[in-house]
Amino acid sequence: MSPSRVVPLTFARGAIEKIAKSRSRRADVKSTRVLDVALFYSYFKTLVGKPVTVELKNDLAIAGTLVSVDQYLNIKLENTRVTDEARYPHMRSVRNCFIRGSVVRYVQLPEAAVDVDILHDATRREARGA
Amino acid sequence: MSAAEEDAAVREPLDLIRLALDEKVYVKLRGDREARGRLHAYDQHLNMILGDVEEVITSTETDEETFEEFTKTTKRSVPFLFIRGDAVTLVSPPLRS
Repeated sequence: MSPSRVVPLTFARGAIEKIAKSRSRRADVKSTRVLDVALFYSYFKTLVGKPVTVELKNDLAIAGTLVSVDQYLNIKLENTRVTDEARYPHMRSVRNCFIRGSVVRYVQLPEAAVDVDILHDATRREARGA
Repeated sequence: MSAAEEDAAVREPLDLIRLALDEKVYVKLRGDREARGRLHAYDQHLNMILGDVEEVITSTETDEETFEEFTKTTKRSVPFLFIRGDAVTLVSPPLRS
């Protein structure tokens, strides 16, 4: 995100929420939560506290509880367990970790935490704004 | 132009992906990986969330005696998958019949 975009977004968010409320079909609070402009950052924030599995570009897969996420989609996990412990025995004692966003390939999401209608709405809104 | 026409217009490459929202898409990734699934979200980096994903990994192995190379494909299914955009090389919308 370029610095010049940061300030306008603060009040763009107010406008976006107003538009969202005017769309009576989904004017509940839940749907406005993902409406921030950085779509995936906002979405991952709603997953804090939920179990996820992060797969890295070096094939290491780490399951754990999502603690926090930032604008680069850096991820902090707690209670981590490496999926293939036999292959990565040196990871056995790691229970907390920070993962640099750029090394992530996939994140497996908990089924219960995915509301596809909210995602569709937020994606369309982001596509229109971008 | 009406709002509906505006939504259906393809002006830039990403519009094609916008029209594929909530449809099955084929995604080619770095490292001889491919994924097929329903597109639920994406952004300008091509970060995506797919649902009912089938991922296929293609790898080549060499027979130790004959040195013949053969390709092996590994498949797996994931209910919901976030894919980081920097691994994405190609996105294809569903075929319209």
